[in-house]
Amino acid sequence: MTTSATEKTAATTTVTSAAPADAGAPVRVRRARRGLSPGRRLPAARLAGPLVLLALWAAASAAGRLDPGAIPAPWTVLRTAGRLWSDGTLPTDVATSLRRAAYGFAIGLGAGVLLALAAGLSRTGEALIDGTVNLNRAIPTLGLIPLFILWLGIGETFKVAIIAIVVYIPIYLNTHAALAGIDTRFVELAEVQGLSRYRFLREIVIPGALPGFFVGLRLGVTGSWLGLVVLEQINATSGLGYMMFQAQNYGQSDVILVGLLVYGVFGLVSDSVVRLVERRVLSWRRTLSS
Amino acid sequence: MAPHTEQLTRPAVRLTGLTRSFEGRTVLDGIDLELPAGSFTALLGHSGSGKSTLLRAIAGLDHRVAGGGELAAPERVSVVFQDARLLPWRRVLDNVLLGADGKAAAARGRAALAEVGLGGRERAWPSELSGGEAQRAALARSLVREPELLLADEPFGALDALTRIRMHGLLRALWQRHRPSVLLVTHDVDEAIVLADRVLVLDHGRIGLDLTIDRPHPRSYRDPLLGEYRERLLAALGVTEDRA
Repeated sequence: MTTSATEKTAATTTVTSAAPADAGAPVRVRRARRGLSPGRRLPAARLAGPLVLLALWAAASAAGRLDPGAIPAPWTVLRTAGRLWSDGTLPTDVATSLRRAAYGFAIGLGAGVLLALAAGLSRTGEALIDGTVNLNRAIPTLGLIPLFILWLGIGETFKVAIIAIVVYIPIYLNTHAALAGIDTRFVELAEVQGLSRYRFLREIVIPGALPGFFVGLRLGVTGSWLGLVVLEQINATSGLGYMMFQAQNYGQSDVILVGLLVYGVFGLVSDSVVRLVERRVLSWRRTLSS
Repeated sequence: MAPHTEQLTRPAVRLTGLTRSFEGRTVLDGIDLELPAGSFTALLGHSGSGKSTLLRAIAGLDHRVAGGGELAAPERVSVVFQDARLLPWRRVLDNVLLGADGKAAAARGRAALAEVGLGGRERAWPSELSGGEAQRAALARSLVREPELLLADEPFGALDALTRIRMHGLLRALWQRHRPSVLLVTHDVDEAIVLADRVLVLDHGRIGLDLTIDRPHPRSYRDPLLGEYRERLLAALGVTEDRA
C-alpha cells in the first residue's frame, strides 16, 4: 500500500512538471498491482478436476466412442459395483484390504516416529539409526517381497510388514530432517528462558518438527495404498487386488475399474483426512495454500 | 574509570580478567567490569569488536567457547535478541510465558503485554505482528521473568527509525519501573547516548572508553550538550565526524 501511494505521488509530480500549462489534466490514478498470490480458493476445488474427467468419460461412452470391452461406461461400473457389493464379495475384499493397509500404516507410523525421535534427539541414536534407515531406503522395498515370503510365509504378516516398511521410510526421513533442522536461535532462546530438557523437547523441538512430520505422513499414507496394490496383485488370495487379478483372467474390465475406483476413493479420503488434521494442528501457518 | 553518578550498594555483574577466543583469535582480552545493580549501561563497538561475545558470556550462552576469567551474574537474567525470536506455533501470550509456569505467571504475562502496549493481542499469532510489535512481545517475555539483569543484543537494529524511537522510550520506561540492570549492546552511538547512563566502548577485546552520561532524561537527539559525548565516543570508535 505504501509503495503504490509513493508511486502515485511520483506520477503526479511528473505530470505537473512535464506539462505545467495543462494544469487541469486529470491525474492518472495507478491501478492496483497485479497480485501474485493465487487468489481465493474455488469451492470444492479438489473435486473439480475428477468431476470433469468423469463427465468426459460418460460423454464418450454415451456417444459410443469407447470400446465397452476395454473401458466400460461409468454406469456399467457402478452397476457392477452394486452387484459385487450385494453378493458380498466386494465388502469382504474391501475389509481385507483396509485391514492390511491400516495395520501396515499403524506399524509404519509408530516405527517411523519412534526411530526419528531416537535419531533426532540423541547422538547415539543418530549414529545407530540414521545410516541404517538410509541403507534400507536404498533397497527398493518391493524387492524385499521374495525374501519376506521366505521368512514370514505368504500370509498376512509379510504383507503388513512390507506396507509398514513403505510407510515408515518417508515418515522417518521427513520427521528426522525436521528434528535435526531445529533453528539454533530457538535452542538459544530455550536456554535463556531456562527450559528443562523435557520442556525444550515438548514446547520447541516437537512443535517445530510437526510440519516435516506431516509431509512424511502424507507420503506414508499414499505409500501404504501403493504397497497394497502391488502386494495384492502379486500374491494374494483375497483383497481388492486379488479381485482385480481374477477379473483380468476373465476379461471383466468393469470389475477392474471397480477395484481402481475403490483404491482411488480410499487414497483420496485418507489424504484428505491427513490434510484436515494437518490444517488443524498447523493452524499457525499462513501460507499460499490457506 | 569515570566515577558513577549513582554508586549503588552491590554490583549486578562483575567480570574479572574475562577472556574469550575463537579458534585462537582473541575476542575478549581480559575484561574487568562491574555493572552496579539497577544501572543502565550501553556497550558500543564495531561489528566484530566482541560486543555480542561479551553479552553471550554474561548470559551464559557461550558453551564450548575457549576462555577464562571470573564472571558473577545474577540468577534471573533475561535476553532480548535482535530478532524477536517468537515461536511461530505459539500465540503471543504463550510466547511471553515460555519457561514460566502457573496462574501467577499468566497474570504477569498479561500485565507485561499490556505494559508494552500489546494488551488485547494475547491470542494473536506471531506472524500477525509487525516487526515493532514482535519486538515488544519479546520485551514482555523478558519482563515476565522479573529479571535482575536484562541483556539486549542490538534489540532495535532491525526496526525502522520511527519504531526505534518509540521503542527507546518504552525500554527506558520499563527500566524505570522494574529497575533491572540493563546492558544494551548496540552499534548506534546516538541510541547509546539517548538511552544509557553509562556507555562502554569495546575496542580490540578491551574496554576502550568508559563514559558516564550525566544528562537528565528524556533526552533528545538534538540536545547540543550530548554532541560532546557523541564526539568522544566516535573518537574512541576511530571515527571523526568532520572528516567523514
